Amino acid sequence: MARGGGGAVVIGSLFSWIADPAHWSGSDGILNRLLEHLWYSVLAMVLALVIALPLGLYIGHTGRLRWLVTATNAARAVPTLGLLFAFALWLGPSLRGDLAFLVPATIVLVLLAVPPLLAGTYAGVEAVDPAARDAARGVGMTGWQVLRQVELPCALPLVMSGVRTAALQVVATATIAALIGLGGLGRLLVDGIAFGDYPQAAAGALLVAVLAVLLEGLLALLQRRLVSPGLGGGRGAVGGSRNDDDAAAAEANARMPVGPGGMAGGNS
Amino acid sequence: MIRFDGVTKQFPDGTVAVDDLSLTAPTGKITVLVGPSGCGKTTSLRMVNRMIEPTRGSISLDGQDTGRMDQAELRRGIGYVIQHAGLFPHRTVLDNIGTVPRLLGWDRTKTRDRSRELLERVGLDPHLGDRYPAQLSGGQQQRVGVARALAADPPVMLMDEPFSAVDPIVRDQLQDEFLRLQDELGKTIVFVTHDIDEAIKLGDQVAVLRVGGVLAQVAEPSYLLAHPADDFVADFVGRDRGYRALQFQATPRLPLRSERTVVLGERPDSDAGWLLVVDDDRHPLGWVEPRRIGGRAVEDADLHRGGTVARADGTLRGALDAALSSPARRGVVVDDSGALVGTVLAHEVLSAIEDTDRPERDEDDPVHGGAVAVAADEA
Repeated sequence: MARGGGGAVVIGSLFSWIADPAHWSGSDGILNRLLEHLWYSVLAMVLALVIALPLGLYIGHTGRLRWLVTATNAARAVPTLGLLFAFALWLGPSLRGDLAFLVPATIVLVLLAVPPLLAGTYAGVEAVDPAARDAARGVGMTGWQVLRQVELPCALPLVMSGVRTAALQVVATATIAALIGLGGLGRLLVDGIAFGDYPQAAAGALLVAVLAVLLEGLLALLQRRLVSPGLGGGRGAVGGSRNDDDAAAAEANARMPVGPGGMAGGNS
Repeated sequence: MIRFDGVTKQFPDGTVAVDDLSLTAPTGKITVLVGPSGCGKTTSLRMVNRMIEPTRGSISLDGQDTGRMDQAELRRGIGYVIQHAGLFPHRTVLDNIGTVPRLLGWDRTKTRDRSRELLERVGLDPHLGDRYPAQLSGGQQQRVGVARALAADPPVMLMDEPFSAVDPIVRDQLQDEFLRLQDELGKTIVFVTHDIDEAIKLGDQVAVLRVGGVLAQVAEPSYLLAHPADDFVADFVGRDRGYRALQFQATPRLPLRSERTVVLGERPDSDAGWLLVVDDDRHPLGWVEPRRIGGRAVEDADLHRGGTVARADGTLRGALDAALSSPARRGVVVDDSGALVGTVLAHEVLSAIEDTDRPERDEDDPVHGGAVAVAADEA
């Protein structure tokens, strides 16, 4: 390999690999791998949401089972790769066809996605202004209505940040599913390394990164649409909340009761 | 009418917050619960809409035991205002106000119209309707809180220190407007505060509670100031109570003297010590010392504005304060339209005070003696 300019050669061959139409079609083409990758990711995210969202809302709303949040956070320390092989060895023999790979991979991805989702949802509900919650009950909302109409919408910024963290990790980690024989963009990476096809391996890595960035942008847009502009701080915040003292002073001036003929307020 | 019947609240840790409270809040009146922290006033209030359940005793609303009513339904029929307003941050001002109507199943248009009407009613600019709570000042948020409580026109309102988190000037305005609103609406209100001055100002009747949730005295404010039931109440209603009691005494016919005046922008035709400056409609503007301005026309900058103005049909406190605060020692008295009627001297107000009757003390029942009488058909 030539000294100097080697990097440029790699990048050049990477792009020509991606640009080659032959690498896009077919069951092992980029397009199909991309769809497989999305399928694993979406499947894992949906399952994780179904588990973590209600659980997080329940913990935040009732204040019970808080230890679960701590426990799942601690579980993040378990190495994903080891977990993947463990589940594949344990569950693989009793499952048929693709399921033998899909189920262990999905379980691992769900386990990865649940902690940030759970923590975000729980923290979001927990952080709702106690006065707003008290008022919600006081005006006659049922427990369900308090959750649905006040706690969930107010928790959304933190819920969504949990979703974004989880989605990013799932998309990135779905790559290793290829190690136990599943498809996805990881296939390009793993096969590329195995067969010494480095442009293909690099293309796989690059595509995963691009996918993650696109997804992040999409979720940011979704958050902007979902979160009320009234919830200040971060995305979609109301344009500069007025200084409280100024507003109070302006109000005082506007409403100062003018006594008879303008002399200091008349006693009545 | 809200009636507490031997109500006790004991929390799981053993603390007794409210101890055998019996009290009636008459229809259409403001009943203020006041006392130091730990006296159970907020707990008592929150038991009315069952945010807290009593341990013993019962609370009835117009004769119906609240303990047997559906919780959510009970609360939707009671206006609820709390200290920090507790507005929903993700909803606009109008949507906040429309909360209870929506819960009751009103349609969008009707709710919207009603919310706009209330926005105006509590003295807020209509363009604030589309703002979010974080964009409002504390005083404005509190107004929205009151509007939200009034939205479905409930006959009963519970107010838990609604004005204590805003600065004193705004608080004073909110109190005045609240009284004006209550004059129009005539709600049955239970109002909690730790501020005895606020209690005296707002209450048709004031219930003083002591630590441990025991009712020390319930009475009309003037009675409370005149006849505290014991040392605790006397201490709590505080100093200056003789002076403060004057605000409940209508001014009798005072010996008013006519005052020489000068219209703003004209030359004084007298070299009296102090001359009252008025506008074209004879509304008093302030005092001026003719010798200081050396014979030229009176300008706005010459005015001494320290004196307060009393209304002829106002209270003795107003009349006395006008006399005491006037640089000329002559208190300015005006009619309903704000036009000058005459002036009065402090000693003349004091003589009038000496001629008034104080509220009679009820010897039989020092605790409930001065309470607002409940009409027979209500009881």
